[in-house]
Amino acid sequence: MTALTQLTIAEARAGLAARKFSARELAEAHVKAVEQIRPLNAFLTETPQHALKMAGASDKRLAKGEAGLLEGIPLAIKDLFCTEGVRTTAASNILGNFIPPYESTVTANLWRAGAVMLGKTNLDEFAMGSSNMTSAFGPVESPWRRKGDNRKLVPGGSSGGSAAAVAARAALGAVGTDTGGSIRQPGALSGIIGMKPTYGRCSRWGVVAFASSLDQPGPMTRTVRDCAILLRAMAGHDPKDSTSVPRPVPDYERALTGDIRGLRVGIPKEYRIDGMPAEIEALWRQGIGWMKAAGCRMRDISLPHTKYALPAYYIVAPAEASSNLARYDGVRYGLRVAGENLIDMYEKTRGAGFGAEVRRRVLIGTYVLSAGYYDAYYIKAQKVRARIAEDFEQAYREVDLILTPATPGPAFAIGEKMDDPIAMYLNDVFTVPVNLSGLPGISVPAGLTADGLPLGLQLIGRAFDEETLLRAADVLERAAGFKAMPAMMAG
Amino acid sequence: MALDSTAVKRIARLARIAVPEAELAPLAKELSGILTWVEQLDAVDTAGVEPMTSVVAVTLPMREDAVTDGGVPDEVLANAPEPARGFFTVPKVVE
Repeated sequence: MTALTQLTIAEARAGLAARKFSARELAEAHVKAVEQIRPLNAFLTETPQHALKMAGASDKRLAKGEAGLLEGIPLAIKDLFCTEGVRTTAASNILGNFIPPYESTVTANLWRAGAVMLGKTNLDEFAMGSSNMTSAFGPVESPWRRKGDNRKLVPGGSSGGSAAAVAARAALGAVGTDTGGSIRQPGALSGIIGMKPTYGRCSRWGVVAFASSLDQPGPMTRTVRDCAILLRAMAGHDPKDSTSVPRPVPDYERALTGDIRGLRVGIPKEYRIDGMPAEIEALWRQGIGWMKAAGCRMRDISLPHTKYALPAYYIVAPAEASSNLARYDGVRYGLRVAGENLIDMYEKTRGAGFGAEVRRRVLIGTYVLSAGYYDAYYIKAQKVRARIAEDFEQAYREVDLILTPATPGPAFAIGEKMDDPIAMYLNDVFTVPVNLSGLPGISVPAGLTADGLPLGLQLIGRAFDEETLLRAADVLERAAGFKAMPAMMAG
Repeated sequence: MALDSTAVKRIARLARIAVPEAELAPLAKELSGILTWVEQLDAVDTAGVEPMTSVVAVTLPMREDAVTDGGVPDEVLANAPEPARGFFTVPKVVE
Protein backbone atom coordinates (compact mmCIF):
# COMPACT_ATOMS: atom_id res chain seq x y z
CA MET A 1 0.00 0.00 0.00
CA THR A 2 1.13 3.53 -0.73
CA ALA A 3 2.39 5.36 2.34
CA LEU A 4 -0.53 7.25 3.87
CA THR A 5 1.35 10.54 3.56
CA GLN A 6 1.70 10.09 -0.21
CA LEU A 7 -2.05 9.90 -0.83
CA THR A 8 -4.11 12.65 -2.36
CA ILE A 9 -7.14 13.92 -0.46
CA ALA A 10 -9.41 12.10 -2.92
CA GLU A 11 -7.49 8.83 -2.40
CA ALA A 12 -7.51 9.23 1.38
CA ARG A 13 -11.24 9.88 1.30
CA ALA A 14 -11.77 6.68 -0.70
CA GLY A 15 -9.46 4.69 1.60
CA LEU A 16 -11.29 5.89 4.69
CA ALA A 17 -14.68 5.13 3.16
CA ALA A 18 -13.53 1.61 2.24
CA ARG A 19 -12.08 1.10 5.76
CA LYS A 20 -8.61 0.40 4.33
CA PHE A 21 -7.23 2.51 7.18
CA SER A 22 -8.70 4.59 9.97
CA ALA A 23 -8.69 8.34 10.41
CA ARG A 24 -6.58 7.70 13.49
CA GLU A 25 -3.93 5.85 11.41
CA LEU A 26 -3.97 8.62 8.82
CA ALA A 27 -3.55 11.25 11.53
CA GLU A 28 -0.75 9.31 13.27
CA ALA A 29 1.18 9.01 9.99
CA HIS A 30 0.88 12.77 9.46
CA VAL A 31 1.73 13.71 13.04
CA LYS A 32 4.95 11.72 12.55
CA ALA A 33 5.51 13.39 9.17
CA VAL A 34 5.16 16.84 10.76
CA GLU A 35 7.89 15.83 13.24
CA GLN A 36 10.10 14.52 10.46
CA ILE A 37 10.06 17.78 8.54
CA ARG A 38 10.91 19.96 11.57
CA PRO A 39 14.23 21.04 9.99
CA LEU A 40 12.16 22.96 7.38
CA ASN A 41 10.60 25.19 10.10
CA ALA A 42 7.29 24.89 8.27
CA PHE A 43 5.16 24.68 11.43
CA LEU A 44 5.11 27.31 14.17
CA THR A 45 2.78 25.27 16.36
CA GLU A 46 2.21 21.53 16.08
CA THR A 47 -1.12 20.28 17.43
CA PRO A 48 -0.78 16.47 17.60
CA GLN A 49 -3.29 16.10 20.46
CA HIS A 50 -5.90 18.01 18.48
CA ALA A 51 -5.15 15.87 15.44
CA LEU A 52 -5.59 12.57 17.25
CA LYS A 53 -8.70 13.69 19.07
CA MET A 54 -10.31 15.02 15.89
CA ALA A 55 -9.34 11.82 14.05
CA GLY A 56 -10.98 9.74 16.78
CA ALA A 57 -14.19 11.70 16.31
CA SER A 58 -13.90 11.21 12.54
CA ASP A 59 -13.61 7.44 12.96
CA LYS A 60 -16.84 7.47 14.97
CA ARG A 61 -18.65 9.49 12.32
CA LEU A 62 -17.26 7.25 9.56
CA ALA A 63 -18.52 4.19 11.42
CA LYS A 64 -21.98 5.74 11.69
CA GLY A 65 -22.02 6.69 8.02
CA GLU A 66 -22.05 10.39 8.88
CA ALA A 67 -18.81 11.39 7.19
CA GLY A 68 -18.39 15.06 6.23
CA LEU A 69 -16.79 16.37 3.05
CA LEU A 70 -13.30 16.27 4.56
CA GLU A 71 -13.83 13.57 7.16
CA GLY A 72 -10.50 12.53 8.68
CA ILE A 73 -8.35 14.58 6.27
CA PRO A 74 -5.24 16.02 8.02
CA LEU A 75 -4.60 19.65 7.09
CA ALA A 76 -2.08 22.38 7.90
CA ILE A 77 -3.38 25.86 8.70
CA LYS A 78 -1.52 29.07 7.94
CA ASP A 79 -0.88 30.80 11.26
CA LEU A 80 -2.95 33.78 10.13
CA PHE A 81 -6.24 31.98 10.83
CA CYS A 82 -7.47 32.36 14.40
CA THR A 83 -7.90 28.96 16.02
CA GLU A 84 -9.75 28.75 19.29
CA GLY A 85 -7.42 27.91 22.17
CA VAL A 86 -4.40 27.49 19.87
CA ARG A 87 -1.73 30.19 19.73
CA THR A 88 -2.01 32.37 16.61
CA THR A 89 1.03 34.51 15.78
CA ALA A 90 0.80 35.91 12.21
CA ALA A 91 4.57 35.18 12.47
CA SER A 92 4.95 38.45 14.36
CA ASN A 93 6.39 39.29 17.75
CA ILE A 94 3.67 41.84 18.31
CA LEU A 95 0.98 39.22 18.82
CA GLY A 96 3.07 37.73 21.63
CA ASN A 97 1.36 34.66 23.03
CA PHE A 98 -2.05 35.48 21.56
CA ILE A 99 -4.53 32.64 22.05
CA PRO A 100 -7.78 33.38 20.23
CA PRO A 101 -10.98 32.71 22.16
CA TYR A 102 -12.73 32.17 18.81
CA GLU A 103 -12.34 30.23 15.56
CA SER A 104 -12.09 31.75 12.08
CA THR A 105 -15.05 30.97 9.83
CA VAL A 106 -12.93 29.15 7.23
CA THR A 107 -11.31 26.82 9.77
CA ALA A 108 -14.65 26.32 11.53
CA ASN A 109 -16.05 25.24 8.14
CA LEU A 110 -13.18 22.77 7.74
CA TRP A 111 -13.66 21.23 11.19
CA ARG A 112 -17.39 20.99 10.60
CA ALA A 113 -16.60 19.05 7.41
CA GLY A 114 -14.54 16.62 9.53
CA ALA A 115 -10.99 17.82 8.76
CA VAL A 116 -8.16 17.19 11.21
CA MET A 117 -5.78 19.97 12.32
CA LEU A 118 -2.07 19.11 12.25
CA GLY A 119 -0.80 22.53 13.27
CA LYS A 120 -0.23 26.16 12.36
CA THR A 121 2.20 26.95 9.60
CA ASN A 122 4.91 29.58 9.27
CA LEU A 123 4.46 32.61 7.00
CA ASP A 124 5.92 36.00 6.23
CA GLU A 125 5.13 38.37 9.10
CA PHE A 126 1.48 39.45 8.70
CA ALA A 127 1.63 37.75 5.26
CA MET A 128 3.90 40.53 3.96
CA GLY A 129 6.48 38.89 1.77
CA SER A 130 7.20 36.51 -1.09
CA SER A 131 9.87 34.31 0.49
CA ASN A 132 8.81 33.53 4.06
CA MET A 133 12.01 35.37 5.08
CA THR A 134 10.19 38.04 7.08
CA SER A 135 8.77 35.64 9.70
CA ALA A 136 9.71 36.61 13.25
CA PHE A 137 10.26 32.89 13.84
CA GLY A 138 12.84 32.36 11.10
CA PRO A 139 12.56 31.41 7.44
CA VAL A 140 10.99 28.26 6.06
CA GLU A 141 13.27 26.06 4.03
CA SER A 142 11.90 24.61 0.82
CA PRO A 143 11.95 20.82 0.58
CA TRP A 144 13.31 21.30 -2.96
CA ARG A 145 16.99 21.57 -3.94
CA ARG A 146 18.68 22.51 -7.21
CA LYS A 147 20.39 19.57 -8.85
CA GLY A 148 23.97 19.29 -7.57
CA ASP A 149 23.57 22.28 -5.28
CA ASN A 150 22.78 21.94 -1.62
CA ARG A 151 21.97 25.59 -0.91
CA LYS A 152 18.75 26.10 1.03
CA LEU A 153 15.97 27.62 -1.04
CA VAL A 154 12.87 29.60 -0.10
CA PRO A 155 9.43 27.97 -0.50
CA GLY A 156 7.99 31.30 -1.65
CA GLY A 157 5.60 33.32 0.46
CA SER A 158 3.76 34.41 2.27
CA SER A 159 2.08 31.00 2.74
CA GLY A 160 5.54 29.36 2.72
CA GLY A 161 5.02 26.98 5.64
CA SER A 162 1.77 25.70 4.15
CA ALA A 163 3.43 25.17 0.75
CA ALA A 164 6.45 23.37 2.25
CA ALA A 165 4.25 21.15 4.45
CA VAL A 166 2.12 20.01 1.50
CA ALA A 167 5.09 19.56 -0.87
CA ALA A 168 7.07 17.59 1.74
CA ARG A 169 4.09 15.25 2.33
CA ALA A 170 3.49 16.35 5.91
CA ALA A 171 -0.13 17.36 5.23
CA LEU A 172 -2.65 16.27 2.59
CA GLY A 173 -3.58 19.90 2.05
CA ALA A 174 -3.31 23.32 3.62
CA VAL A 175 -5.07 26.63 3.73
CA GLY A 176 -3.32 29.85 2.95
CA THR A 177 -4.26 33.44 2.23
CA ASP A 178 -3.49 35.41 -0.92
CA THR A 179 -3.27 39.21 -0.90
CA GLY A 180 -0.91 39.68 -3.86
CA GLY A 181 0.09 36.12 -4.73
CA SER A 182 0.73 34.58 -1.32
CA ILE A 183 -0.91 31.26 -2.23
CA ARG A 184 -0.13 31.02 -5.95
CA GLN A 185 3.53 32.09 -5.78
CA PRO A 186 4.61 29.62 -3.03
CA GLY A 187 2.45 27.00 -4.77
CA ALA A 188 4.38 27.52 -8.01
CA LEU A 189 7.79 27.62 -6.28
CA SER A 190 7.01 24.47 -4.27
CA GLY A 191 5.49 22.35 -7.04
CA ILE A 192 1.91 22.25 -5.71
CA ILE A 193 -1.50 23.68 -6.61
CA GLY A 194 -2.36 27.05 -5.08
CA MET A 195 -5.68 28.78 -5.64
CA LYS A 196 -6.96 32.24 -4.82
CA PRO A 197 -10.74 32.14 -5.08
CA THR A 198 -12.79 35.16 -6.14
CA TYR A 199 -12.75 37.90 -3.51
CA GLY A 200 -15.79 37.25 -1.34
CA ARG A 201 -15.93 33.48 -1.96
CA CYS A 202 -14.35 32.57 1.39
CA SER A 203 -14.97 34.46 4.60
CA ARG A 204 -12.18 36.62 5.98
CA TRP A 205 -13.70 36.60 9.47
CA GLY A 206 -11.12 35.51 12.03
CA VAL A 207 -8.22 35.84 9.59
CA VAL A 208 -5.62 38.33 10.82
CA ALA A 209 -6.14 41.25 8.44
CA PHE A 210 -3.41 42.56 6.13
CA ALA A 211 -5.15 44.42 3.27
CA SER A 212 -8.89 43.92 3.57
CA SER A 213 -9.89 44.68 -0.04
CA LEU A 214 -7.36 42.14 -1.34
CA ASP A 215 -7.04 39.33 1.25
CA GLN A 216 -8.67 36.04 0.32
CA PRO A 217 -8.26 32.57 1.90
CA GLY A 218 -7.69 29.65 -0.46
CA PRO A 219 -6.62 26.01 -0.75
CA MET A 220 -3.14 24.55 -1.31
CA THR A 221 -3.01 20.92 -2.41
CA ARG A 222 -1.10 18.40 -4.51
CA THR A 223 -3.81 17.96 -7.16
CA VAL A 224 -6.51 20.09 -8.78
CA ARG A 225 -9.17 17.61 -7.64
CA ASP A 226 -8.02 18.04 -4.04
CA CYS A 227 -8.15 21.80 -4.53
CA ALA A 228 -11.78 21.50 -5.67
CA ILE A 229 -12.64 19.34 -2.64
CA LEU A 230 -10.96 21.69 -0.18
CA LEU A 231 -12.43 24.87 -1.70
CA ARG A 232 -15.95 23.51 -1.43
CA ALA A 233 -15.47 22.93 2.29
CA MET A 234 -13.86 26.34 2.91
CA ALA A 235 -16.19 28.52 0.89
CA GLY A 236 -19.56 29.99 1.67
CA HIS A 237 -21.43 33.07 2.72
CA ASP A 238 -20.71 34.35 6.22
CA PRO A 239 -22.87 37.07 7.76
CA LYS A 240 -19.86 37.99 9.92
CA ASP A 241 -17.90 39.13 6.82
CA SER A 242 -19.96 41.76 5.01
CA THR A 243 -17.80 41.28 1.88
CA SER A 244 -18.47 37.56 1.71
CA VAL A 245 -20.92 36.92 -1.07
CA PRO A 246 -24.29 35.21 -0.58
CA ARG A 247 -24.02 32.75 -3.45
CA PRO A 248 -24.46 29.01 -3.27
CA VAL A 249 -21.22 26.99 -3.26
CA PRO A 250 -21.14 24.56 -6.18
CA ASP A 251 -19.76 21.03 -5.99
CA TYR A 252 -16.48 21.99 -7.65
CA GLU A 253 -15.40 18.40 -8.09
CA ARG A 254 -18.27 17.83 -10.48
CA ALA A 255 -16.89 20.60 -12.66
CA LEU A 256 -13.82 18.46 -13.44
CA THR A 257 -15.20 16.90 -16.60
CA GLY A 258 -11.92 16.85 -18.49
CA ASP A 259 -13.63 18.59 -21.39
CA ILE A 260 -12.55 22.13 -22.19
CA ARG A 261 -13.15 22.03 -25.93
CA GLY A 262 -14.19 25.37 -27.29
CA LEU A 263 -13.04 27.40 -24.30
CA ARG A 264 -11.51 30.69 -25.38
CA VAL A 265 -8.19 31.29 -23.64
CA GLY A 266 -6.47 34.67 -23.69
CA ILE A 267 -2.71 35.18 -23.80
CA PRO A 268 -1.93 38.69 -22.57
CA LYS A 269 1.01 40.20 -24.41
CA GLU A 270 1.91 42.47 -21.48
CA TYR A 271 2.93 39.44 -19.42
CA ARG A 272 5.93 38.97 -21.72
CA ILE A 273 8.13 41.11 -19.47
CA ASP A 274 11.69 42.26 -20.03
CA GLY A 275 14.31 39.89 -18.74
CA MET A 276 11.89 36.97 -18.37
CA PRO A 277 13.95 33.77 -18.19
CA ALA A 278 13.82 31.65 -21.37
CA GLU A 279 12.59 28.71 -19.30
CA ILE A 280 9.47 30.63 -18.23
CA GLU A 281 8.83 31.75 -21.80
CA ALA A 282 9.20 28.15 -23.01
CA LEU A 283 6.88 26.83 -20.29
CA TRP A 284 4.24 29.36 -21.24
CA ARG A 285 4.52 28.34 -24.91
CA GLN A 286 4.20 24.72 -23.82
CA GLY A 287 1.08 25.62 -21.82
CA ILE A 288 -0.46 27.28 -24.86
CA GLY A 289 0.24 24.09 -26.81
CA TRP A 290 -1.44 21.92 -24.16
CA MET A 291 -4.56 24.09 -24.05
CA LYS A 292 -4.76 24.11 -27.84
CA ALA A 293 -4.38 20.32 -27.97
CA ALA A 294 -7.27 20.08 -25.47
CA GLY A 295 -9.49 21.93 -27.94
CA CYS A 296 -9.24 25.50 -26.59
CA ARG A 297 -9.23 28.48 -28.90
CA MET A 298 -6.26 30.67 -28.09
CA ARG A 299 -6.53 34.44 -28.48
CA ASP A 300 -3.89 37.13 -28.14
CA ILE A 301 -5.25 39.76 -25.78
CA SER A 302 -4.05 42.97 -24.23
CA LEU A 303 -4.22 44.03 -20.59
CA PRO A 304 -2.63 47.44 -21.16
CA HIS A 305 -2.30 48.55 -17.51
CA THR A 306 -0.49 45.42 -16.32
CA LYS A 307 2.79 47.18 -15.63
CA TYR A 308 1.06 49.55 -13.23
CA ALA A 309 -0.42 46.79 -11.09
CA LEU A 310 2.59 46.34 -8.79
CA PRO A 311 3.11 50.04 -8.02
CA ALA A 312 -0.66 50.47 -7.46
CA TYR A 313 -0.60 47.45 -5.16
CA TYR A 314 2.31 48.91 -3.18
CA ILE A 315 0.16 51.93 -2.37
CA VAL A 316 -3.18 50.22 -1.75
CA ALA A 317 -1.90 47.25 0.28
CA PRO A 318 0.36 49.26 2.65
CA ALA A 319 -2.39 51.86 3.09
CA GLU A 320 -4.87 49.21 4.19
CA ALA A 321 -2.18 47.50 6.28
CA SER A 322 -1.29 50.69 8.14
CA SER A 323 -4.93 51.05 9.06
CA ASN A 324 -5.49 47.38 9.97
CA LEU A 325 -2.31 47.16 12.02
CA ALA A 326 -3.21 50.23 14.09
CA ARG A 327 -4.96 47.82 16.45
CA TYR A 328 -1.63 46.49 17.75
CA ASP A 329 -1.19 49.03 20.48
CA GLY A 330 -0.15 46.99 23.50
CA VAL A 331 -3.46 47.53 25.27
CA ARG A 332 -5.91 44.74 24.44
CA TYR A 333 -3.69 41.83 23.42
CA GLY A 334 -0.20 40.97 22.37
CA LEU A 335 3.09 42.56 23.26
CA ARG A 336 3.35 45.58 25.56
CA VAL A 337 6.58 47.50 26.12
CA ALA A 338 6.33 49.93 29.03
CA GLY A 339 6.66 53.65 28.25
CA GLU A 340 6.70 56.94 30.08
CA ASN A 341 3.22 57.79 28.85
CA LEU A 342 0.54 56.36 26.59
CA ILE A 343 2.07 57.46 23.28
CA ASP A 344 5.53 56.38 24.38
CA MET A 345 4.11 52.95 25.21
CA TYR A 346 2.44 52.70 21.78
CA GLU A 347 5.65 53.69 20.02
CA LYS A 348 7.92 51.39 21.99
CA THR A 349 5.51 48.46 21.69
CA ARG A 350 5.13 48.87 17.92
CA GLY A 351 8.84 49.64 17.45
CA ALA A 352 9.77 46.39 19.21
CA GLY A 353 6.93 44.24 17.88
CA PHE A 354 7.03 44.85 14.11
CA GLY A 355 9.77 43.46 11.88
CA ALA A 356 11.54 45.46 9.17
CA GLU A 357 9.19 44.68 6.25
CA VAL A 358 6.03 45.31 8.28
CA ARG A 359 7.46 48.58 9.59
CA ARG A 360 8.37 49.62 6.04
CA ARG A 361 4.85 48.96 4.78
CA VAL A 362 3.09 50.61 7.73
CA LEU A 363 5.24 53.72 7.20
CA ILE A 364 4.53 53.80 3.45
CA GLY A 365 0.83 53.30 4.16
CA THR A 366 0.80 56.04 6.78
CA TYR A 367 2.52 58.40 4.37
CA VAL A 368 0.22 57.78 1.39
CA LEU A 369 -2.83 58.26 3.59
CA SER A 370 -1.52 61.40 5.30
CA ALA A 371 -2.97 64.85 4.72
CA GLY A 372 -1.61 66.43 1.56
CA TYR A 373 -0.54 63.11 -0.02
CA TYR A 374 -3.81 61.15 0.05
CA ASP A 375 -5.02 62.29 -3.39
CA ALA A 376 -1.65 62.09 -5.09
CA TYR A 377 -0.92 58.54 -3.95
CA TYR A 378 -3.89 56.67 -2.52
CA ILE A 379 -6.71 58.03 -4.69
CA LYS A 380 -4.49 57.85 -7.77
CA ALA A 381 -3.70 54.19 -7.03
CA GLN A 382 -7.41 53.39 -6.55
CA LYS A 383 -8.12 54.95 -9.94
CA VAL A 384 -5.34 52.95 -11.59
CA ARG A 385 -6.79 49.90 -9.89
CA ALA A 386 -10.11 50.62 -11.60
CA ARG A 387 -8.25 50.74 -14.95
CA ILE A 388 -6.63 47.37 -14.24
CA ALA A 389 -10.00 45.81 -13.41
CA GLU A 390 -11.46 47.34 -16.61
CA ASP A 391 -8.69 45.66 -18.62
CA PHE A 392 -9.86 42.27 -17.38
CA GLU A 393 -13.52 43.15 -17.96
CA GLN A 394 -12.71 44.04 -21.57
CA ALA A 395 -10.71 40.85 -22.04
CA TYR A 396 -13.51 38.65 -20.68
CA ARG A 397 -15.76 39.90 -23.46
CA GLU A 398 -13.74 37.78 -25.86
CA VAL A 399 -12.21 35.05 -23.71
CA ASP A 400 -13.29 32.70 -20.91
CA LEU A 401 -9.93 32.27 -19.23
CA ILE A 402 -6.45 33.77 -19.25
CA LEU A 403 -3.20 31.78 -19.22
CA THR A 404 0.04 33.29 -17.88
CA PRO A 405 3.19 32.16 -16.09
CA ALA A 406 2.64 32.06 -12.30
CA THR A 407 5.96 33.67 -11.37
CA PRO A 408 8.82 35.36 -13.21
CA GLY A 409 11.31 32.75 -11.94
CA PRO A 410 11.86 29.65 -9.79
CA ALA A 411 12.67 29.46 -6.06
CA PHE A 412 15.75 31.42 -4.99
CA ALA A 413 18.21 30.82 -2.18
CA ILE A 414 17.45 31.86 1.39
CA GLY A 415 18.94 35.31 1.85
CA GLU A 416 18.83 36.32 -1.83
CA LYS A 417 16.84 39.39 -2.96
CA MET A 418 16.78 40.72 0.60
CA ASP A 419 18.69 43.95 -0.04
CA ASP A 420 16.25 45.51 -2.47
CA PRO A 421 12.56 45.53 -1.48
CA ILE A 422 11.45 46.24 -5.06
CA ALA A 423 13.36 43.22 -6.42
CA MET A 424 11.45 41.09 -3.91
CA TYR A 425 8.12 42.72 -4.85
CA LEU A 426 8.68 41.72 -8.52
CA ASN A 427 8.04 38.08 -7.56
CA ASP A 428 4.34 38.89 -7.60
CA VAL A 429 4.21 40.72 -10.93
CA PHE A 430 1.90 38.09 -12.50
CA THR A 431 -0.31 37.50 -9.47
CA VAL A 432 -0.98 41.00 -8.10
CA PRO A 433 -3.29 42.19 -10.96
CA VAL A 434 -5.63 39.31 -10.12
CA ASN A 435 -6.01 40.45 -6.50
CA LEU A 436 -6.49 44.07 -7.51
CA SER A 437 -9.38 42.92 -9.72
CA GLY A 438 -10.82 40.43 -7.24
CA LEU A 439 -10.67 37.55 -9.75
CA PRO A 440 -9.98 33.87 -9.08
CA GLY A 441 -6.57 32.48 -10.07
CA ILE A 442 -4.81 29.16 -9.76
CA SER A 443 -1.20 28.08 -10.18
CA VAL A 444 -0.50 24.62 -11.52
CA PRO A 445 2.94 23.01 -11.43
CA ALA A 446 3.81 22.54 -15.09
CA GLY A 447 7.52 21.95 -15.50
CA LEU A 448 11.04 22.06 -14.11
CA THR A 449 14.01 24.33 -14.64
CA ALA A 450 17.19 22.79 -16.07
CA ASP A 451 18.43 22.43 -12.49
CA GLY A 452 15.27 20.68 -11.34
CA LEU A 453 13.11 23.33 -9.67
CA PRO A 454 9.33 23.54 -10.16
CA LEU A 455 7.71 26.21 -12.31
CA GLY A 456 4.02 26.99 -12.47
CA LEU A 457 1.46 28.29 -14.92
CA GLN A 458 -1.39 30.50 -13.80
CA LEU A 459 -4.97 30.42 -15.03
CA ILE A 460 -7.17 33.42 -14.29
CA GLY A 461 -10.95 33.10 -14.40
CA ARG A 462 -14.06 35.23 -14.37
CA ALA A 463 -15.37 36.38 -11.00
CA PHE A 464 -17.20 33.52 -9.22
CA ASP A 465 -16.51 31.11 -12.09
CA GLU A 466 -14.18 28.86 -10.14
CA GLU A 467 -15.77 25.89 -11.90
CA THR A 468 -14.43 26.77 -15.35
CA LEU A 469 -11.10 27.68 -13.76
CA LEU A 470 -10.78 24.32 -11.99
CA ARG A 471 -11.99 22.39 -15.06
CA ALA A 472 -9.25 23.95 -17.17
CA ALA A 473 -6.63 23.59 -14.42
CA ASP A 474 -7.45 19.88 -14.18
CA VAL A 475 -6.86 19.44 -17.92
CA LEU A 476 -3.65 21.49 -17.73
CA GLU A 477 -2.44 19.38 -14.82
CA ARG A 478 -3.00 16.15 -16.75
CA ALA A 479 -1.26 17.52 -19.83
CA ALA A 480 1.74 18.69 -17.81
CA GLY A 481 1.95 15.40 -15.92
CA PHE A 482 4.12 16.96 -13.22
CA LYS A 483 5.55 14.03 -11.25
CA ALA A 484 8.76 15.51 -9.80
CA MET A 485 9.32 15.06 -6.07
CA PRO A 486 11.16 17.37 -3.70
CA ALA A 487 14.49 16.33 -2.19
CA MET A 488 13.02 16.11 1.28
CA MET A 489 9.84 14.21 2.00
CA ALA A 490 8.34 12.76 5.14
CA GLY A 491 7.88 9.01 5.28
CA MET B 1 9.27 61.94 -3.66
CA ALA B 2 12.54 61.87 -1.73
CA LEU B 3 12.10 61.68 2.03
CA ASP B 4 14.75 62.80 4.50
CA SER B 5 15.28 61.66 8.08
CA THR B 6 13.07 64.42 9.46
CA ALA B 7 10.19 63.35 7.24
CA VAL B 8 10.61 59.70 8.24
CA LYS B 9 10.61 60.73 11.89
CA ARG B 10 7.33 62.57 11.34
CA ILE B 11 5.73 59.60 9.53
CA ALA B 12 6.96 57.20 12.24
CA ARG B 13 5.34 59.46 14.83
CA LEU B 14 2.04 59.37 12.92
CA ALA B 15 2.31 55.58 12.74
CA ARG B 16 3.26 55.39 16.44
CA ILE B 17 6.38 53.36 15.75
CA ALA B 18 9.60 54.15 17.60
CA VAL B 19 12.45 54.16 15.08
CA PRO B 20 16.00 54.33 16.47
CA GLU B 21 17.85 57.49 15.35
CA ALA B 22 20.51 55.47 13.49
CA GLU B 23 17.87 53.76 11.33
CA LEU B 24 16.21 56.95 10.11
CA ALA B 25 18.64 57.70 7.27
CA PRO B 26 18.72 54.19 5.76
CA LEU B 27 14.94 53.99 6.11
CA ALA B 28 14.57 57.35 4.36
CA LYS B 29 16.56 55.95 1.44
CA GLU B 30 14.44 52.77 1.24
CA LEU B 31 11.13 54.58 1.48
CA SER B 32 12.22 57.18 -1.08
CA GLY B 33 13.14 54.35 -3.46
CA ILE B 34 9.66 52.82 -3.11
CA LEU B 35 7.86 56.16 -3.45
CA THR B 36 9.85 57.10 -6.55
CA TRP B 37 9.01 53.70 -8.03
CA VAL B 38 5.25 54.03 -7.38
CA GLU B 39 5.21 57.49 -8.92
CA GLN B 40 5.20 55.86 -12.37
CA LEU B 41 1.43 55.76 -11.81
CA ASP B 42 1.43 59.44 -12.78
CA ALA B 43 1.81 58.27 -16.38
CA VAL B 44 -1.64 56.63 -16.34
CA ASP B 45 -4.51 58.71 -17.67
CA THR B 46 -7.19 58.45 -15.00
CA ALA B 47 -9.30 61.39 -16.05
CA GLY B 48 -12.95 60.65 -15.27
CA VAL B 49 -12.14 57.36 -13.52
CA GLU B 50 -13.85 56.70 -10.20
CA PRO B 51 -11.45 55.38 -7.56
CA MET B 52 -12.15 51.71 -6.97
CA THR B 53 -13.23 50.90 -3.44
CA SER B 54 -14.61 47.40 -3.82
CA VAL B 55 -13.90 44.59 -6.23
CA VAL B 56 -17.30 42.96 -5.92
CA ALA B 57 -20.36 44.92 -6.84
CA VAL B 58 -22.46 44.26 -3.78
CA THR B 59 -24.57 46.51 -1.65
CA LEU B 60 -23.49 46.07 1.92
CA PRO B 61 -26.16 44.08 3.69
CA MET B 62 -28.24 45.56 6.49
CA ARG B 63 -28.96 43.64 9.66
CA GLU B 64 -30.94 44.07 12.83
CA ASP B 65 -29.22 46.45 15.22
CA ALA B 66 -29.19 43.85 17.94
CA VAL B 67 -26.58 42.51 20.35
CA THR B 68 -25.42 39.14 19.02
CA ASP B 69 -22.40 38.54 21.21
CA GLY B 70 -21.00 39.52 24.56
CA GLY B 71 -21.18 38.72 28.22
CA VAL B 72 -17.72 37.17 28.11
CA PRO B 73 -15.44 39.68 29.88
CA ASP B 74 -12.94 37.00 30.84
CA GLU B 75 -12.50 35.96 27.21
CA VAL B 76 -12.20 39.57 26.13
CA LEU B 77 -9.47 40.19 28.68
CA ALA B 78 -7.75 36.81 28.35
CA ASN B 79 -5.01 38.15 26.08
CA ALA B 80 -4.64 41.61 27.62
CA PRO B 81 -1.06 42.41 28.69
CA GLU B 82 -2.01 44.01 32.01
CA PRO B 83 -5.71 43.66 32.80
CA ALA B 84 -6.94 44.87 36.16
CA ARG B 85 -10.31 44.34 37.87
CA GLY B 86 -12.12 43.56 34.63
CA PHE B 87 -10.55 46.39 32.62
CA PHE B 88 -7.81 46.98 30.08
CA THR B 89 -5.20 49.31 31.50
CA VAL B 90 -3.05 52.05 29.97
CA PRO B 91 -0.41 54.35 31.47
CA LYS B 92 -1.90 57.36 33.26
CA VAL B 93 -3.19 59.91 30.72
CA VAL B 94 -4.55 62.64 33.03
CA GLU B 95 -2.87 64.08 36.09
